[in-house]
Amino acid sequence: MALNSDEVRKIAHLARLAINDADIPEYARNLSNILGLVEQMSAINTQGVAPMAHPLDVSQRLREDQVSESNQREHFQQIAPQVEAGLYLVPKVIE
Amino acid sequence: MEWETVIGLEIHTQLATKTKIFSGAPTEYGAEPNTQACAVDLGLPGVLPVLNKEAVSMAAKFGLAIGAKVASRSVFARKNYFYPDLPKGYQISQYELPIVEKGSIEIELEDGSTKTIGVTRAHLEEDAGKSLHEDFHGMTGIDLNRAGTPLLEIVSEPDMRSAKEAVAYMKKMHSLVRYLGISDGNMQEGSFRCDANVSVRPKGQKEFGTRAELKNINSFRFVERAINFEVERQIDLIESGGKVMQETRLYDANKHETRSMRSKEEAMDYRYFPDPDLLPVEVHAEDIERIRKTLPELPDEKKHRFAKDYGLSTYDASVLTASREIADYYESVVKQTGDAKLSANWVMGDLSAMLNRDNKDIADSPVSADMLGGMLKRMQDNTISGKIAKEVFEAMWNGEGAADAIIDKKGLKQITDTSAIEAEIDKVIAENPGQVEQYKAGKDKLIGFFVGQVMKAMGGKANPGQLNELLKKKLS
Repeated sequence: MALNSDEVRKIAHLARLAINDADIPEYARNLSNILGLVEQMSAINTQGVAPMAHPLDVSQRLREDQVSESNQREHFQQIAPQVEAGLYLVPKVIE
Repeated sequence: MEWETVIGLEIHTQLATKTKIFSGAPTEYGAEPNTQACAVDLGLPGVLPVLNKEAVSMAAKFGLAIGAKVASRSVFARKNYFYPDLPKGYQISQYELPIVEKGSIEIELEDGSTKTIGVTRAHLEEDAGKSLHEDFHGMTGIDLNRAGTPLLEIVSEPDMRSAKEAVAYMKKMHSLVRYLGISDGNMQEGSFRCDANVSVRPKGQKEFGTRAELKNINSFRFVERAINFEVERQIDLIESGGKVMQETRLYDANKHETRSMRSKEEAMDYRYFPDPDLLPVEVHAEDIERIRKTLPELPDEKKHRFAKDYGLSTYDASVLTASREIADYYESVVKQTGDAKLSANWVMGDLSAMLNRDNKDIADSPVSADMLGGMLKRMQDNTISGKIAKEVFEAMWNGEGAADAIIDKKGLKQITDTSAIEAEIDKVIAENPGQVEQYKAGKDKLIGFFVGQVMKAMGGKANPGQLNELLKKKLS
C-alpha cells in the first residue's frame, strides 16, 4: 500500500508535526515501506493465534488505592510558560 | 407518519477511589487548581501509569451487578486527541477489550411494567482536566486536578424508545452505582454525566435512522428535555424533506436547544492503539468470587423483598428503595414501629415532603430514623393523634428535640379521658342547636362540623376515635 502526499499531510497534522513540503515524497516512501512490511506479515496465517496486546507475557501489576503524591504545584509551574490563579494558561481553545 | 425514537446512552460515572486511576494523586473534589495534579497527570516526560487496584475492583463489581461478563483479560488503549485538558495528547481508555461486556438492567415504565435494557459494555478510562474560558485575557485556564480521575463509561444498547425510558434508565444506573458504593453519583460535581445517541425511524422500519450524539447532559431533567427537543428537530427535518446528518450536538440548557458541534467529516480520528505503557489487566476467577461476596443487596432484590416482607405495593417498594439511604432509613423506622404501612406513609409522605421543601438529602435529614420511629410509637400507644403527630414532626424538623420532649413541653398529649371529651361535646351541642337539628334530620355530613368544633375547643388533642364514637352516641 502506497501513501500519497495528502495522506502524509493528514498524518502529520494528526500528530501535530510541522513538515516541509519538500520532504513529503521521502516520508511517503518510508511510511509506505513500513506498511509494506505490515502487509507482508498480514499474509501469514494466524488462525488460532490470540492477538497480542503487549510483547511481554505478563499481566499488569496493580497499585493500592493510597495517596502517595503531595502537592507540588509551585514546582511544576516553574516551567510553565504562563500561569494565573493556580491555572496553566494556554492559547484560547473552545469547541 | 408515525415515528419511533431510538435512544442509546453513554454514561460516564466517576469512581469513588481515593486516588487517580494511574497515579497516587488524590481525587478530592473542590481542591485549589492543580494542587492534585502530579507528574503523571501532567503528562511530563518519562512518567509511567500504574493502575489503581480499587478502580479495577469497582468496575468488576459493577459488571457482576448487571449480570455481565467480567473480562478475565482487558486491555488499555490510547485514544489520541490534542486538547490541553489532557496534556499527554491522548486519553487512556479501553477499546477492543473492555473490562465489562454484555449485561443488562431492568427499568420500570410509567404503566408499572418493566423493560430490560441491554448494556453493551463498560470500560475504564481516565477523565480530562477542566478548561476555563473566562477572564484570562483571551487565554484559556487549565486545571488538571480532574485529569486522571477514574471513570467507568457504561454504554447501553439502543434499546430505549422514549425520553422517559432514557430517564428511567439513567436513574436506575445512578441508583445502582450508589448502591454499589462505586460512585457518589454527584451530578452537580460532574461525577455522573451522560451522552445520548438519538435517532428516529418510521414506525415498523427495521433499520435505524441516522443518529445524532448529544453531549453534555448532566441532569435527569435535561436528558429528557434534550432528547425530546432533538427528536422533534429530526422529525421536522425529515418531514420537510431534509436529512439527519450524523453529528455531535451540544445541548444548551439555557437556550433549550441542541446545536451542531462537529459533523461526521470533522469527527476526530482517534487512532486507538494498545497502550504500550500498560500490560493487559487480568482479573482471575478467585478475584471475581472475592468481589462477588462484597456485593450489597441490589435495588431490584431489595424492592422485591420490601414488597414481599412488608406487604408494600410495587410503587411504594420502588420509591423506598430508590436509594440505599432511603431504604436503610425506612427499615430502621419499621424496626421500631413494627408497622410497615404506617412507616412507609410517613417516610414517603411528611418526611419526603420536608426533604423536598428544604432541598435536603435524606442523609442530612434533621429528623433521624430513630426520632421518627420514636414519634410513631407515641402514635401507636395513643399518646398523640395523627394530626398532632404532624405538629410534633414539624417541631422535630425544626430542631426542638425528640418526640417525647416535644409532647411534654408543648402539652400535646392526647386526651383519652372520656368525661373530659364528653364535657366538650355537651358544650358544642348546646351551642349549636340548629346544626343538631339538621343532623338529626339526616344531614350526616355535619358530623365533621361537630368533630371540628370539639377538636378546636380541645386544641386538637382529643383522641379522634373516641371523639367520633362519643359524638355519634350523643347525637343519636
